Amino acid sequence: MTPQTAEAINTFSKELALHAYRQMVRIRMFEEQVNELYTRALMPGLAHLYSGEEAIAVGICEALKKEDYVTSTHRGHGHCLAKGATPNLMFAELLGKEAGYCHGKGGSMHIADPATGNLGANAIVGGSMGIATGAAFSAKYLNNGLVAVCFFGEGALGQGLLYEVLNIAQLWKLPVIYVCENNLYNEYTHYSETTAGDICARATAFGVKAESVDGQDVQAVYSKAKQLIDAARAGDGPAFLLCNTYRYTGHHVGDINRDYYRTKQEEQEWKTRRDPILLHGERLLQEGLTDKATLDALESEVREEMKAAVEFAIAAPYPALEEVEMHVYA
Amino acid sequence: MPETTDRELTFAQAVREALAEEMRHDSRVCILGEDVAEAGTPFKVLSGLVEEFGTNRVFDTPISEAGFTGIAVGAAMTGIRPVVDIMFGDFLTLTMDQMVNQAAKIHYMSGGKWKVPMVLRTTLGASRRSAAQHSQSLHAWLCHVPGLKVVIPSTPADAKGLLKTAIRDENPIIFFEDKMMHHKLKGLVPTGEYTIPLGVADIKRVGKDITLVATSSMVQVALGAADMLAEIGISAEVVDPRTLWPLDEKTLIDSAKKTSRAIVIDEGYGRYGVTSELASVISEGAFYDLDGPVLRMGAMHVPIPFSPPLEDLTVPTEKMLFDAAKKLCSKS
Ligand SMILES: Cc1ncc(C[n+]2csc(CCOP(=O)(O)OP(=O)(O)O)c2C)c(N)n1
Repeated sequence: MTPQTAEAINTFSKELALHAYRQMVRIRMFEEQVNELYTRALMPGLAHLYSGEEAIAVGICEALKKEDYVTSTHRGHGHCLAKGATPNLMFAELLGKEAGYCHGKGGSMHIADPATGNLGANAIVGGSMGIATGAAFSAKYLNNGLVAVCFFGEGALGQGLLYEVLNIAQLWKLPVIYVCENNLYNEYTHYSETTAGDICARATAFGVKAESVDGQDVQAVYSKAKQLIDAARAGDGPAFLLCNTYRYTGHHVGDINRDYYRTKQEEQEWKTRRDPILLHGERLLQEGLTDKATLDALESEVREEMKAAVEFAIAAPYPALEEVEMHVYA
Repeated sequence: MPETTDRELTFAQAVREALAEEMRHDSRVCILGEDVAEAGTPFKVLSGLVEEFGTNRVFDTPISEAGFTGIAVGAAMTGIRPVVDIMFGDFLTLTMDQMVNQAAKIHYMSGGKWKVPMVLRTTLGASRRSAAQHSQSLHAWLCHVPGLKVVIPSTPADAKGLLKTAIRDENPIIFFEDKMMHHKLKGLVPTGEYTIPLGVADIKRVGKDITLVATSSMVQVALGAADMLAEIGISAEVVDPRTLWPLDEKTLIDSAKKTSRAIVIDEGYGRYGVTSELASVISEGAFYDLDGPVLRMGAMHVPIPFSPPLEDLTVPTEKMLFDAAKKLCSKS
């Protein structure tokens, strides 16, 4: 056992370990349904799946309080669920229905939910870095003890906004954690072609504490996140967490023929050997925290939950046409 | 009735008074920008605020327009009311993703769940020999975006009342101040507490022969032209929309219907600009009462040059407006 996992287990109770498993399964199965809806042409727009990366959203969000803030990306379903959103309302949003989180005006790439501190997913790559840092600014200004987490893909490392806000966050000691999910590809381009130098060094150059973690290991992510979040809450200022991961499917659901940028073999390797759900499930079994039958039952339960949520969304009505001009101004 | 003995203040003093009053009134109001604290901005508009409110309310930022504007967006969403200072309106370009794709859309995209109550104060205006990157008037860019409100006052009293309203508003607002007016333009400002609603135009001078719709710096130009017109027996009405969005269409249209002629004058570029929109509103609303086409006057379609005689050609003047108005009135 590496020191990292030993430490993680210390802070990871049996209850939390099982809950984290369930949350990862919920994200995976939510997205199975998204894939299904999209391929059946029931879902308009684009669908960017998070499958393969579940341990990051769950590991980080379990280390947050419900009122803490998150910002998310175009690949945001996992962050949203992990922060506590309800699948019914998420599916309704994905289908553009009135019952959706944003009355169907946001869609897959813009789900927001004040009740769970979700400041919104953002379809501008790197676009939410100011918002997350601003939430941390207000947390410090109002002295309310809250922390903000900014999720972004490694593609966003090319955006200048990151460096502007890292500088300010460190100068002003703001409680914000920048979580970089490196799934190796910016859309259809390997990150090595777009990212010069060392990723963590970008943050350390500003004096911001930076760590990297195996993004397939939910306990490891949780334990690192917990340290950084607790420190930020205590007034230590911002941190940067690099999570190494992989997305199983295309950039979006329609990205089927991907041989030109990555091999089937590479995808297979990650799915069979590095899957966060399989790895965590094995650990639960090995440590005797659960048994196979319990995990199987959990999976069927979650599958039913997701199916029912989809049915709810399909049956839900579209917004009234008058809504088009509502909410332009508060 | 509140005490309203007027005093004479500069435009800058009126802006500062509005900020100080709102900061006293609401501890969530704070200021973010470059050199806003001890320096009080290069234009000294904010002098004295840090002495009263301290560096926990008046924040000197790094030179990071996108960064601190984005921070203001997130801060506004989560319970405070930031006022951002963008030193020159030209630097608005650096904040565009934050204002256009984030601040303006968050309320709508979230189905009304999040609000962004922030004010971005910045400048417009040429004539300082500051050349092409410090002289533009880019307010039309922001007017083009649903979700933003655009305020463009022309007098100290309007600036104070409108800024107080903007700070209390629940939406992202861009507030444009002409940098030539800050210390040169003085005006009477009531002493008592008052605010001015957004979306209400003001008739700065009553007239009957022609309507001059003017914004910001161009209001003084229009008043000057009106004096010249009066000397040749033409009575000009000067209408200041004060806010470009929301826009008080009715006052503009009613004035044009009454006078039957209108010229719109604004310091932004003439092409695809604010004048085009205002002229269309008037044409559509008052067409059958008009005796001629609604004319537009804006900045020339060139980057603002440095050389004084060249720069002076680019912005409409009293004389240009006088000539155009005289011609329009003689034709009908
Ligand atoms: C500013 C901006 N530029 C380009 C795009 C188009 N785009 C959407 S996702 C994406 C790739 C993002 O890659 P990464 O940040 O690594 O996230 P991932 O999709 O891998 O999760 C691009 C280029 C965009 N949405 N925003």
